[in-house]
This record gives sequence, C-alpha cells and structure tokens, in this order.
Amino acid sequence: MKSTRLWASAAAATLVLGIGTAMAENAPGVSNSEIKIGNTNPYSGPASSYGTIGKSIGACWNKINDDGGVNGRKINWISYDDGYSPPKTKEQIRKLVERDEVAFTFQTLGTPTNSAIHQYMNKKEVPHLFVATGATKWGDPKGFPWTIGWQPNYQTVGAIFGNYIVQNHPNGKVAILNQNDDYGKDYVIGMQRAMGDKFDKLVVKRETYEVTDPTVDSQIVSLANSGADVFVNISIPKFAAQAIKKMAAINWKPVHLLNDVAASVASTYKPAGIENSIGIISVDFYKDPNDPEWKDDAETKAWNAFMDKYYPDGDKLNKMNAYGWAVCHTMKAVLEQAGNDLSRANIMKQAANLKQVHVPMLLPGMFVDTSPTDFYPLEQMQMMKFDGERNVRFGPLISAETE
Amino acid sequence: MNNVRNHRANPADSYELFGVKLPQLRMILLLIGIALALLLPLVLANFAIFQMTQVLVYAIAVLGLNLLTGYNGQFSLGHSAFYALGAYTTAIMIDRYDIAYYWTIIPAGLICFIGGFLFGLPALRLEGLYLALATFALAVAMPQLLRYEHFEGFTGGVQGIDVFKPDSPLPMLNADQWLYYFVLFWGALLIIGAWNLVRGRTGRAMIAIRDNPIAARTMGINTALYKSVTFGVSGLYTGIAGALGAIVAEFVAPDSFTFFLSVWFLVGMVVGGLASIPAAIAGGIFILYMPNISEEVISIFFGNDPSAKALIWVAFGLFLIFTVYVVPNGLAGLVRRFVIRYATRRGD
Repeated sequence: MKSTRLWASAAAATLVLGIGTAMAENAPGVSNSEIKIGNTNPYSGPASSYGTIGKSIGACWNKINDDGGVNGRKINWISYDDGYSPPKTKEQIRKLVERDEVAFTFQTLGTPTNSAIHQYMNKKEVPHLFVATGATKWGDPKGFPWTIGWQPNYQTVGAIFGNYIVQNHPNGKVAILNQNDDYGKDYVIGMQRAMGDKFDKLVVKRETYEVTDPTVDSQIVSLANSGADVFVNISIPKFAAQAIKKMAAINWKPVHLLNDVAASVASTYKPAGIENSIGIISVDFYKDPNDPEWKDDAETKAWNAFMDKYYPDGDKLNKMNAYGWAVCHTMKAVLEQAGNDLSRANIMKQAANLKQVHVPMLLPGMFVDTSPTDFYPLEQMQMMKFDGERNVRFGPLISAETE
Repeated sequence: MNNVRNHRANPADSYELFGVKLPQLRMILLLIGIALALLLPLVLANFAIFQMTQVLVYAIAVLGLNLLTGYNGQFSLGHSAFYALGAYTTAIMIDRYDIAYYWTIIPAGLICFIGGFLFGLPALRLEGLYLALATFALAVAMPQLLRYEHFEGFTGGVQGIDVFKPDSPLPMLNADQWLYYFVLFWGALLIIGAWNLVRGRTGRAMIAIRDNPIAARTMGINTALYKSVTFGVSGLYTGIAGALGAIVAEFVAPDSFTFFLSVWFLVGMVVGGLASIPAAIAGGIFILYMPNISEEVISIFFGNDPSAKALIWVAFGLFLIFTVYVVPNGLAGLVRRFVIRYATRRGD
C-alpha cells in the first residue's frame, strides 16, 4: 500500500515535471537555427491581385535572414496558395500545422478564408497572427485568444469619419451610401459608436447597394435630394467612381468622405474624372511609396533598395508591397520581444503585448499597440484630401479605439 | 459448349495477367483496395487522414458527374451548384436547427436529387455545348444567391456558416479517423449503388441514350424520363459529397463554391476516365494532390524566390497536358490498354 502511494506520488511528480518542461519548451518548428512560419495567400484565383502581399513578405524574410535572422534564428517562411477558397485554406493550414509543423501562422489573407480556420487554430492553440483582413471579428481575445488582426479594422475607419463629422460639421446633414454586407455595415457601426446619439440627429438619409447592382445612380440622386451637405461614401472602387461621376452630373457638392478601400487615384479618381474628384477626403495608415512627399524619406529609400534586391519582379507602384514590408516588421518585433522563449503561449503573449512599436512604412508617429484585452494593433489613421494629383495628408493622426 | 457460353458471358474472363485470371485479379485488387481503405487511417497521421477524407468527398462528386457525363452523355459545368446546395443544406440544418450531422446527409442528397431532376427537365431541350452553357449559368448564379441579403438569415451571407466538427463516438478513434470512416461508409454505399445502377436495366438505358438517342427511343426507352432522373441521381451524389465536404471543412461560404469547383470535378472526371467507377477515386486523388505536388515541384526548383509562386499553375498545366497526352482515355483507359496489351488468353 505504502509503496503504491510512493509510486503514485513519484509518477505525479514526474508528470508535473513533464508538464513543467513541456510548458517551457519551444513551439514545434522552432530550433536553435530556425523558426518555421506558415501562411496562405491567394496566388491564384479571383483575389490573386493580393498575392503580392505574400510574395513581398517572403522577400522581406529573405532580407532579414541575410541580415542574420531574428535572435540568430533564420525564418523559414512556408506560404501556400489557397486560391481564396476556404476549404483549400483549411487543407493548407492543416498541412502547415500538422505536417510542416510550423510554430504559428502569420498574415493568412482574406475574410472567408480566415473564417474557415478560425475555430481550428483556436482549438489547436496555434497563434493565428496578424490576419490580413479588415473585419472586426478578429479582435476577440475572450472568444478567440489565439487570433489577432493587424490593419485598422472597418469599424475604426467608420469611427474616425464619425469623429471628424462631429468635430467639423456639428450641424451638418449627413448622407451615407454603403455596400450592403458586413464590410459596409461595419463602417456604419463604427460611425454610430463614435457619434452616439448625434448619429440619428445628423444622418438625414442612408442608401445601400448590392455588389451585384449595375449602378448606384438612383441612390446618389436620392441622397442628393435629401439636401445633405456631408456625404459618407462606403463603397468599393467601381461604385465609388460611379458615385463621383453621378454627383458631378447632378451638381451635388457635399463634403465627400470616401472610405480608404476606394481612395486610389488609379482605380477610382481617374475613371471618375480627376476634376470631379478634387477635394475628396479619405484616410490612410501607411506611406504610399509613390508619393513625392516620401522621396527622401529614409524608410521609403530602404524599402526601394529592398524591392530592387529581393523582389525585383514586384511592382513598386503597388502599395501592397509596402504593406507587406510593414507587417513583416511587426512580426519581427514580436519574435525579437519573445527572445529565446519561443513557446506558442509566449509568442501569442508577446503579440498581445506590443507597446508603441513603430514599424517602417507606417505614417510618422504611428504605432502598433496591443494588450491582452486589445487585439487591434493599428487604430490610428490620418486624413487626406485629393488635390488633383495625389492624396495630401492633413491634420493629426486620429485614433479610434474599438471596444 | 460450356466454353462457348462462358465466352458469351464475358470474353475477358478467359484471359489472364501475371498468371492470374482476370476476374480473380480484379477481386484481389478490390480486396487490397478495401483493406487499404480500412486500415491506412489506423497508421497514418491526422493530416494524411484528413486528406484521404477529402479525396473520398471529391471522388463521390466526380462519380456523380461521371454518371451524368460518362454514362449518360450529358455535359454539366454546374455541379459546383449541387455541391453547394448539399453543403448549405447540411450547414443550415446543423447550425440553425441543431440537427445532428448524421441526419443531414440524406436530406441534402434528396434536395439535390429534386434540384437535379427539376433542372434536368428544361435541360432536355438542350444538347452538348448548349447544355454546358445552361449549367454554367447555374454555377455562376449559385454563389450570388448564397450572398443574397434576403437569404442571409439562412445562409449567413458572405460570412458563411461555421459547422462544428463531430467528435468521435468511439474511444479508439480520434475525430479525424471517425470522420474518415463516416465518409467512407457513404462513399462505399454510393459506389455500390452506382455499380448496381449502371450494370442493370437502367444503366443500359442510360448508356444507350448516350450512344444513340434515336435508337434508344426506338427501342422504347423513355429518354426524357431517364435523362431527368440521371440528372437527379447525379445531383444526389454531388449533393451528398457537398454535405460531407461541409462537415469535413467545418465551414461553408459562397467563395467555396465558385465555378472553378465545377471545372475541378470535370478535370477529375476526365483524368480518371469516363464511364468508370474506380476512375472516380483516381479523379479525387488527382484533384486533391496534383496542385500540392505542383506547388512542391516549384518550391524544389525555385526555393524561396517569391516570384516563383506564379509558376505553380504553369507546372500544374504541364502535368495536366502530360496526363492527357499520355493517357488520353484517363487512368481507367490506361489500365484497360495495359490489360489488352499484356493479358494472354489461357492456353495461348
């Protein structure tokens, strides 16, 4: 009897010790010379234009490895094509986690694709870091403690617009056009949150459109007839361009706040007519490397040198390559902060403990900031106005916390 | 005399390969296949089991398409729509009505049977390429319908629906193994069903319609009914594949069921071989593993070069051209040719 108890306690002790060492143990895919990071990107299929993000991140790791890696460890970046198809994402992610044994995943791209692996990653307790989508649901530390977003989410942008209206047009009459899906609705939720009871007072008219609609002409006419003098336009480039054209045709000239998704000279302002687009206000959070303002900027120069050497086929006019560079450096910061404790728990803990980290190509003064209760790393943006040639930034950085 | 009758029954029966009679060889291969299907999951890693499960799901869908195209000669580019219908039926039943996953397979199949049958009725007037176009419209419309706001309460809109993966009820199997056997059960049932269907009277009618519709009608076959029913059965198979696929992927969203999925089924069917049941499994294997193999080949040759990602589909294209060139009648055709070339008649 006594010996049995002795055995039992010995076994328990071994078990405790075992667990103790297991907890301090590094994540799978981490050795003294390497950290394996998994990723999926749409290199083919309908969203393949985003694939350049995965490629620029891969090139960024190549550069970091050539410079000595992170704390002496080289990054082994395994990025698979999922064609923007959720079941394929699921398969590729399982391959990364179970067969390739990556330490964690990083910058998996797309809202439906990440939704398909959201539960799996959290059930498996594998860090699902800095996903490449603007949906708001990625910042839920209680429900999904292993998933964290990166870019300012749609509600944040909506809140920034809301604050801008309350401060600058407290007696304005506001009209809203939004795409009728989660993306469009998220912006409006953000505005409502920022404006509080003023939302119902100021908003005189709201119209929606479906992605499948041929035009938004009738919506614009109806918004114009409401007599609004502030127009919040939450649409993708095609519809944004239609709206701008129609507004010029019926001579409706409100203060025009356009969401960042469509604030592109090439894909929105040019098709809509440059002269019709002058004065449109939007927001951004990272530097456009083509903007002459950044010609002599050290970070932009470093990015240019990197593109020339490590990703020569990449399009330097494409802002997404600057995005890849910035998010790659965010990940690097997390790994540096984690030091030599590269367990999954610690990597996740450090990702949720970034204090005022600046990464290259973010706008000056912008920081990545997270906490165990705040899984929204970027919550600042700066307003900008189109002057007929480029988007000129104005005013301070504006932050809007998402609860 | 006895010998002659045997010949009439099946002339191939008197041939042998590697010193084994063909029917026996077929039986041996079948038993090996069954043993592998049953035993492999007990030794493989979870991820490999998950992949095998997906192969089975695709194989069922390819089999469904093969019944329609291979045996009945009707083209379809719209099978992603039936797959989506089956997947959403299961997802909605599980998510909105809390119905256990195993009760959702048959309703999903039945709904797709009805859908396929109804679509088959107007399709009767269309032949060949025109039918392909009509079904193409179905494939393109389906994801849009799933996104449509007035159905959002059911379909979850663009966000899709999460499907919780069932736990294994048996302590000796883990969740992946259990799901594999669950899918295998349905796959086996459907394969036996298809085998019985195409060997019997119905199957002969289906094939007769494919080979010569006018002659078939003259023989007294109700072409309209058979064509519609075949469309329905094909929809049922693909719908069940969709239902199982939703449980395996634990998630459905409109983006999972684009027109591309239909093309994949078509590729799997052609590579596997038309009008053959084992070919469906070969097709499923091709659909799942070929893109992965292409990806790996590219990474072997180009390493970490970020631009090489664009070449994955070039490699895949080359593989596909190679396959079609070397085995023009699909893998099933290759096996057939091999047998014809090397099988010797007994006593020769």
